[in-house]
Parts: sequence; C-alpha cells; structure tokens
Amino acid sequence: MNKFISLTLRIWRQKRPNEKGQFETYPAKDISTDISILEMLDVINEQLTLEGKDPIAFDHDCREGICGMCGAVVNGHPHGSEKGTTLCQLHMRHFSDGDTIVIEPWRSRAFPIIKDLAVDRSALDRIIQAGGYISVNTGGAPDANAIPIAQEAADKAMDAAACIGCGACVAACPNASAMLFSGAKISHLALLPQGKPEAAKRAIHMLMAMDALGFGNCSNERECEVQCPKEISIVNIARMNREFLKASFFSSEK
Amino acid sequence: MSLDAKIPGGPLADKWDRHRFELKLVNPANKRKFEIIVVGTGLAGSSASASLAELGYNVKTFCIQDSPRRAHSIAAQGGINAAKNYPNDGDSIWRLFYDTVKGGDFRAREANVYRLAQISNTIIDHCVAQGIPFARDYGGLLANRSFGGAQVSRTFYARGQTGQQLLLGAYSALSRQIAEKKIEMYPRREMLDLVIIDGQARGIVARNLISGEIERYAADAVVICTGGYGNVFFLSTNAMASNASATFRIYKKGAYFANPCFTQIHPTCIPVHGTYQAKLTLMSESLRNDGRVWVPKNPEDKISPQQIPESERNYYLEEKYPSFGNLAPRDVASRSAKEQCDMGKGVGETGLAVYLDFADAIKRDGKEEIEKKYGNLFQMYEKITGENPYETPMMIYPAVHYTMGGLWVDYNLMSTIDGLFVLGEANFSDHGANRLGASALMQGLADGYFIIPYTIGGYLAGTNLPELSTEHLAFKEAVSAVESQIKTLLSINGKRTVDDIHRELGLIMWDYCGMSRNNNGLQEARGRVQKLRAEFWENVIVPGSDKDFNQSLERACRVADFLEFGELMIIDALDRQESCGGHFNEAYQTEENEAQRDDENFCHVSAWEYTGADNEPNFHKEPLSFENVELTQRSYK
Repeated sequence: MNKFISLTLRIWRQKRPNEKGQFETYPAKDISTDISILEMLDVINEQLTLEGKDPIAFDHDCREGICGMCGAVVNGHPHGSEKGTTLCQLHMRHFSDGDTIVIEPWRSRAFPIIKDLAVDRSALDRIIQAGGYISVNTGGAPDANAIPIAQEAADKAMDAAACIGCGACVAACPNASAMLFSGAKISHLALLPQGKPEAAKRAIHMLMAMDALGFGNCSNERECEVQCPKEISIVNIARMNREFLKASFFSSEK
Repeated sequence: MSLDAKIPGGPLADKWDRHRFELKLVNPANKRKFEIIVVGTGLAGSSASASLAELGYNVKTFCIQDSPRRAHSIAAQGGINAAKNYPNDGDSIWRLFYDTVKGGDFRAREANVYRLAQISNTIIDHCVAQGIPFARDYGGLLANRSFGGAQVSRTFYARGQTGQQLLLGAYSALSRQIAEKKIEMYPRREMLDLVIIDGQARGIVARNLISGEIERYAADAVVICTGGYGNVFFLSTNAMASNASATFRIYKKGAYFANPCFTQIHPTCIPVHGTYQAKLTLMSESLRNDGRVWVPKNPEDKISPQQIPESERNYYLEEKYPSFGNLAPRDVASRSAKEQCDMGKGVGETGLAVYLDFADAIKRDGKEEIEKKYGNLFQMYEKITGENPYETPMMIYPAVHYTMGGLWVDYNLMSTIDGLFVLGEANFSDHGANRLGASALMQGLADGYFIIPYTIGGYLAGTNLPELSTEHLAFKEAVSAVESQIKTLLSINGKRTVDDIHRELGLIMWDYCGMSRNNNGLQEARGRVQKLRAEFWENVIVPGSDKDFNQSLERACRVADFLEFGELMIIDALDRQESCGGHFNEAYQTEENEAQRDDENFCHVSAWEYTGADNEPNFHKEPLSFENVELTQRSYK
C-alpha cells in the first residue's frame, strides 16, 4: 500500500509582508503516498535546514482538520482539490509520480502575507468581535432543558457552526468576500432561540465590519461552498441576507 | 514549604459553598483596578478570560496561534460530562464524583473532584445559553450518550465536534469582551518566562512570534492555561505547537510540578504509518460504544479481516471484561491492545494495531444510524488511511493523548507561587492517575467559568500588591535570560535538526516511560535523555534569525524544555513504586495484569521542586485522604 512518488514543487517564498515574493522550485523525491502534504513540507524543511537554507514558513497546528490554522492554495484550489478536506488532511496518495504542485498563500487584501505561506487572518476575528456571540455573562443561565429546540433547527445550527474559520472561502472568492464565514456564524446563532434577541444587531454589525475590513461582496460565484473544507452551504449566505434585510426594514438597529 | 491544599472544612457536599462564602470579595468598583494575565486560550483560558472580564477585571490574554479560536481543545471530539441525570438512569453528582475518583485510580483530591461534579451541571446550562448546538432528541431536549467507561449516559455532545463547539462558545464570549475593551488579546505570542517580584507572580515575558521581539507584561495575577505536555513523546494526539514550556519554565522559577509521570494513552488512535509522520490522530472513544475490538486468534492469518470467521477472532476486551467489554477505561483498553500486539497478534503493516469492527453494529442498526453517529469520524479515518470503515474494520492503536500531571495547585487553583493560578490540563488537580472520557472539557470549563472568578477575587482582595512597572529589574533579568538562550540556540549550528532530536526523545519516552514501565528501563531512559540533551546543546541546527517569524526557533525553545522535562517525568515514574491508572510499573500488577496500587506508601501527590540544572529535584508530598469513598481495587470485570 505504501507507495513512493517524486514531484516538483513550486512554492511561494516571501520574506516579509511588504517584500516582493516569488515562486521557487523544489524537487521532492521519494515521498510516501501515506503522508499528508504538510508532512511533505516537513520533509522538505528538514532538508532545507540541513542545507543551511531558510525553511518554508506555513501555519498549521492540529493536523486533523479542525483547528483551521492551516491553509494554502494548491494547484489553484484552496486546501487542494479534494472535496471537504483541509490542507493537513490532503494526502499524497491523491497525486501521481511526476506531478508538479504549485503551493501559494491565501490571496486577499484582508489577509496580508506574514511570510511565505503564512497569512494574517485576524480580520476574521474582528468580524466575530463585531457581534458573533450571544451576550450572556457567566452564571445565571436557566436549566439547559428549559427551552426545547427542534432537532432540525439544532442540526442546521450545527451545520453552520462547523465552520473552522480557515479563510478558504475568502481565498476562493473572486471578490475575496467573507460572506460564507459571516453567514455561517449569523445563521448558527439566528437558528437558535437563544440567538434571536440579538439577531438583527448581529447581522448588521457583522456585515458592516466585513465591509470595513476590506472583504468584497458576494456575487453568487459559489466558489466558497465548493472549496470549504467543512462543506458549509451557501444557504447560510441566503439566510444571512434575510437576517440583514429583516434587520434593515424592521429593527431600529443601525 | 509544606503543601497545604487549603481544602475547606465541613461535609464534602458543602465545602465549595462554604468556601465561596468565606472567600473575600473584590468590590465591583475596584475590580477595574486589577490587571490579570491569562496565558492560553483553550477551554480553560478562553472561559477564564471572558468570565474575569465580565466581572470587570482588566485582562490581557495570550495565545501562540494566530487566533484564540484554534487552541487544541478544539480537537476534542466525544463530549462533556455532567451529572444532569436527564436520562433518568441513576446518575447524580455523587456518582459522577465517585466515578471520577475511581477512574483516576484514587490519586485525585476528593474535594476538588466533588466540586467538579457539582459544577458540571452549571456548565451545560451556560453553554446552551451561549448557543452551543448540542445534539437533541426528537422532542427538542438534550441528548445524552454513555462514554468511555461510564455506565450511565451523562455525556453531552455536538456531533463529533464537541470540543470545537465548546471552544467556539468560549471564544465568542472572549471576543465579546475584546470588543468591550475589557480584554486585550495578544495572539502569536509565546510566554517564555514568569516574572516573580517579592514572591508574587507579577508578569510574563513573551516572544512576539511575528517580529521576534521579547515583550514584557505586568499584572496583579497570572493565570496559566497552557495545556499538557503530551508532545514530550513527539508523536501524540496533541497539536503540533502544544508544549510544556510555560509550565516547565514556571517550575524552574519555583512552582512545584505534580505527578508528571501520569500520562494517558488513548486506546483509539489511527496507527503510526511511517517515519515522517508528524502527529497521531485520535478517533473518538465514542466509537467503542458500537465498535467491537478484536485481533485474529492466529497471527499467521494474513487474509483480509472480513474473511476471518467469527470463530477465529479474539474479542479480547469482551472476554476479559464481561460487564464493561469494549467500554473498559482508557488505560485498561490501551494496555490490552499493547498486550495483544506484544504477543504478536497485532494487525496491519506494522503489527502495531488492532481491529475496531462496526460490522455487527451496521447489521443491527443499519448503516444510516451508524453514519449519523460517527459519519465525520469515519470520513476522517478514510481520509487518513484510504480505507472505508463501513466495509473494512478500522485499525486502531493507543497513542499519548492527555497528561494528568501538571503544576501543583491548591483548592483555589493557586500554585506554590502566590498569584500564579493554573487551570485546565496544565494543572494536576482533578483526574488523579487516569482521566475518564469527556471529563477534560468539563474540567477546563469548570476551572475557567466557575472557579477562578471566585478564587482569584479571594487572592486579590486579601493581598498587598505594590505598584510596579515593566522596568523592574526582575523583568530585565527575565528578558536577558530568554534572549541569551535564544542567541545560544541560533549559534550552535550543528548537524541535527530540532525535529530529529525531538523524534528521538519521543521514542525514548514512548519505549521506556510510556504505556508500561519498569525500573531498569526508566534508569536506562534517564541516561539516554541526559545524553540527548547534551547533544542538543552541541549539535542542534536552528536556521534563521531571532527577529523574524522563525518557526524552527519556536520549536527549538520548546524541545529544549521537553529535554529537561522528560527527565523529570522519569524521576517521578521511578519514585512511584506502584502502578496506578496511566502509570503502570510492570513490577506491580495483579494476577490479572491490572495496575496494583500501594495505598500504604503511595496514596499521595508527588510534587517536585526545582533545585537547579543537573541537581535532583526536591520531593514534596501531599497525602491524599479518602473520607467519602472507599479505596478499592479497580475492577472492570
């Protein structure tokens, strides 16, 4: 089962945020098809280190597809072209001997490059800070079963809440929009009775933050949905738009 | 210093209430005058930051990732325990308390564990109010399942992503306080030293991981929530950046480290595939609810598992433990798997794996039902291994997962250094020698949401805290020590990479201080770790510069600490001449190969005090007394 392949890698190298970057070519020889693409980068980095060169910087942490820390564009697809897969879970068995793999960072005005493949995604945190929460202080919550929630609503909320905040949707979108990310959080909370009191305020404030942070708008390209490693549906964007319209027409929120 | 756990008097069930009443309060208007540093943004750190900020304290929160939402609590799959007894199956606070003490093989503090069980219910209430999309029954009420060795269904879950959802809940509360300007968030910062002034924890020194600057932060109290030390084994289920540097450097500054040899090996991980593997992936233990664990009776059988007839299979957990079967506690299940593989019965390419088979469950409940419960786990397994677990039995093997040891804390979660509090996996307090499934999330959130907000107030209200600035000599000294270590690391320019040395350390620890241990092996390991450490400081190569985004340097600092910390684990394992929970010394086992405790000599917490490089640490004992549960031999027959 364990096969070995050799590849050519074209990887974006950029020392600092404002410096010019360029692609560099690296041979990757005898790569086990059982390892992930990040483990392959580990192997390359070990070689670069021993040769006295600067290893490739890339963000990663849990390596099991849940923390959302990793991400790069592989052959034109954020997280690569496997469906529902983060970069750390993209295994080399999906490539063939002799392939060339092009790896570059997320490209978006809102995500400045830090170094090589690592980008600054703190803009996503700021969208959440604008309203992606339910305002309850610790203590004083009613019994957890006091408010029944229909299974279907809970399931839909969970579907939306599965977002890992990796930013692939932004990287995939021709407008670099964060609509899928924002829509997922707005939907998750709007679907639950606990999130209703602040739904209007949340939708308006999060969308305003998104605009102010330099993300683009949605023009229904649906690339985000295709590339999302957690397969978050664009139904969430529709739901966000409804929440936003409702809020604009019927609430006093500005 | 004598180890006083400061456990309040009175009956067990009243201790926490009584203590909360006796703790001094900080006047609401005065809370804004206090600065608190929280390091780490997992469940404990995020929940503590948010709760303290809600009360009015000024909080500075630090994490090593690019966002506080990424801490490794996010990877917890299975669930969170609470004694709600919603299913009406006989659960109670007392039963959760009892199960946790027994599961920990009677090496945890009764009072702490009872408090944890009491708080468990409040956590669920709060999380639902935050909008955590827990699984629900058709009637809209919360669903529960039985999990990891529990005979009642007390585990709440959000598909296979409970840790993620709970962490995102805590992160949202944290984000709200950032927006309110009550929390200043410092991502991509790594704490590299604690600053102690006049015996009080008054600040930290941290490296800005983007610019490389060494920064200073002062506070009135410091709360450490930096998780466990499982990555000392190199391969573990921990995230790549999880490390012991904060806790270990605090130990070197004088805080005691408790029970470092208590590590938990999780039975259901995806087996190792090769040398370049960077980490192991856990499959939720909930899989054991429906999966059956087996190995072929005849190890020569190299045919595919589906073709092996029922009569040729050994369902060893069901046979050995008829009442718990596949749900035997983690340490028992892990050791049993190792036992089978050591006998040559292991499966897969490496022979280091056993089957976890869902064929019967699929026959019984249908594929759809199984998919509903475990769909995302099956998908994850298939992604990693390229095999479809609906058709071929999964292969699993134990891996390091959680560390019960940690910085010693009293009932207030304060360490032996005044003003230094330690929460979550980073402390040692609640799980004894073995943690039960779905208890880590409970403990992290109990510490952060519902304990620290009270106990830190008691400390701040009763303590004289002089004004200070980061120009204080103690800050300067800490900065220069950190800078000089970094300079040294960058100047060695040897021939072995950080990962190469880390991998070797991991193998030593796994072979000799892992699932089972013996005195000779531990002695051997100690020598090898010392030698490897010496080699590290002569022969490591760390490329790049200090004033840069330098991930090799980050790892080098962490591995430097692991190389010292590993020896402390071995010292502790050698000292504890008994077996209990996750610490299994082969010389101490029952006839049925279970851990044989020695309650007469080892019913205590071992707390170690640093005495300088290459010196033996000092041993301090906190005796454990069990007034409410009877010490028994654990039996899962």
